[in-house]
Amino acid sequence: MSAEVPEAASAEEQKEMEDKVTSPEKAEEAKLKARYPHLGQKPGGSDFLRKRLQKGQKYFDSGDYNMAKAKMKNKQLPTAAPDKTDVTGDHIPTPQDLPQRKPSLVASKLAG
Amino acid sequence: MIPGIGAFTWDTLWCFSQVKGTMETGTTEADIISTVEFNHTGELLATGDKGGRVVIFQREQESKNQVHRRGEYNVYSTFQSHEPEFDYLKSLEIEEKINKIRWLPQQNAAYFLLSTNDKTVKLWKVSERDKRPEGYNLKDEEGRLRDPATITTLRVPVLRPMDLMVEATPRRVFANAHTYHINSISVNSDYETYMSADDLRINLWNFEITNQSFNIVDIKPANMEELTEVITAAEFHPHHCNTFVYSSSKGTIRLCDMRASALCDRHTKFFEEPEDPSNRSFFSEIISSISDVKFSHSGRYIMTRDYLTVKVWDLNMENRPIETYQVHDYLRSKLCSLYENDCIFDKFECVWNGSDSVIMTGSYNNFFRMFDRNTKRDVTLEASRENSKPRAILKPRKVCVGGKRRKDEISVDSLDFSKKILHTAWHPSENIIAVAATNNLYIFQDKVN
Repeated sequence: MSAEVPEAASAEEQKEMEDKVTSPEKAEEAKLKARYPHLGQKPGGSDFLRKRLQKGQKYFDSGDYNMAKAKMKNKQLPTAAPDKTDVTGDHIPTPQDLPQRKPSLVASKLAG
Repeated sequence: MIPGIGAFTWDTLWCFSQVKGTMETGTTEADIISTVEFNHTGELLATGDKGGRVVIFQREQESKNQVHRRGEYNVYSTFQSHEPEFDYLKSLEIEEKINKIRWLPQQNAAYFLLSTNDKTVKLWKVSERDKRPEGYNLKDEEGRLRDPATITTLRVPVLRPMDLMVEATPRRVFANAHTYHINSISVNSDYETYMSADDLRINLWNFEITNQSFNIVDIKPANMEELTEVITAAEFHPHHCNTFVYSSSKGTIRLCDMRASALCDRHTKFFEEPEDPSNRSFFSEIISSISDVKFSHSGRYIMTRDYLTVKVWDLNMENRPIETYQVHDYLRSKLCSLYENDCIFDKFECVWNGSDSVIMTGSYNNFFRMFDRNTKRDVTLEASRENSKPRAILKPRKVCVGGKRRKDEISVDSLDFSKKILHTAWHPSENIIAVAATNNLYIFQDKVN
C-alpha cells in the first residue's frame, strides 16, 4: 500500500474540487474529511485493522481489579455503581458489574 | 411466442415458497441469522444465529398428489451449538454467534456438520432414532432399577418402533487454536481434513484429532505496527485436496498449494486487479476488502465479493477478473454516511448456482441480486413479507438513482440499510434458494410450469 502524503497544500484541495465533479467517491471522501479533519492519513491502515482484531474487548481487567483489591486491604472494595452500565473512570469494575452473558435457553424462533 | 414459456423471457421466474421466523418487529439480537448452508444433496438446510443456535430444515418428500409443489423445508433438528464465553486472561468476550456452518458429505445414515464461532469449531452429528429397546430385565419400563430378588424370569429385550427422534451430539470440539477471530471453515475434498481461518492465520485439522492442528498460513508481522492486511475468507478447492485460496482486506486472493511447503506463506498464484492510482480515495481500500470467496463447482473459477461488486476470476489468469458485476454502484455517492454508520464494513457473501451459470449476492433493503453469466442479464429481487403468498412470483425491483423516480422504483435515499441480506444459499442442483433477512429465512423456488 502506497503511503499517502499528508495533505496541506491548497493545490491538493483544488485537485479535490475538480475530482468532486468526476468521481462521487472523491466527493464522499471530501465530505468525510470535512467532518473529521483528524481522520488518519493512512486510509484503511493499521488503526482500522487493529480495531478489527480487537473485537470483543471488555473493560474489565482482572489485573486492575486484583491490584485495587490489594491496595484497599482495610477499606471496602469499590462498590458497584448504581447504574450498571456506567462503569468508567476511577471505578474499578468488579465481576458483579459486568452484564451477564447468559446462553440462549430459548429455542430459535425459526424452529417455532 | 413459444407456448408454455409465456410473455417473459427465458429468464427464470422466482416464486415465494416459505418464510421461517417471526413477523414481530424489534428483533432480539440472538435471532439474527448469521449463516445459511445447504448440504451436498440439498435435502438439508442449516442456519446458525447470533445466539449460537443451529436449526436444520429437511425437505419433505414430494407427494405424488402435488406434482406442482416441490418439497417444502420443515424443521428437522435444532440445538445450541455454542455458548457465550469470557476469556478472563485477555478480558475478551467470546461471542456465541455462529460464523459459519459447513456440511460434511454424507457417508452413513447420520449427518455431520462443522459449526464455528470466533474461537472454537465443533463437529456435530445429527442422527435419527426410530427404534427403542423394550423389555429389560434389570430395569422397569420407566428405567428404574428393579430389585433383583423380584426377578423370576428372563426375557430378551426387543427393539420396538418409536416416534422419530432426531438427536444432535457434539462429536469433536476443536478449541484453543485461534488467537484471532475465525472467519471461515472449509472441508477438504479428501473428507479427512478441514481448515479454519482467522484474521491472520489458517490452520489445517484432521477430523479425528482435536488436540493438534497444523498452521499452514501465518501472515502475522513480527511487529504489529506493520500490519497492513488481514485474511478475510478461505476455501479449499472442490476437487484438488492440495489447493486452497484465501482472500484479504486489500482485495487480493492468494492460491496456495500444500505440496509446495508445510507453511504456505508463499503463494502459488496471486490474484489482483490493477487499480488506477488517480481513482484512489480514502475509501478505496475499505471497499476493495473481499468479504467472501467461493470456488465454482467446476473448480475452474473463483468468485469474490467486495463492498460494491462481485467478480469472477479464472484460476489461469491472475492479473484481472474475467467478469465484474455491479451489485449496488449507486452507493458510491453514499460512502461517507455508510462509513459513519459502519455499513461500509458489512460482509456480504456470494454463491454460485449448481451449474455455475448464475451468481447471487445480497444487498440492502432486503434486496438480493442475481447475475446470469451467460446472458449477462441481472435481476434485483426482494425478500419481503408483503410478497409472501404461496407461489407468488417475485417482481423485479429497481433502485432509482436520481432524476425522475418511476412508480415502482425506490430511491437510494429510501433504502433501509438496517435490512441487509448478508447470507444466502443456493441448492446444489435445483433452483431453490435460501435468503436470510435478519431474523427471517426466506425460501424461493423457480416457477414450475
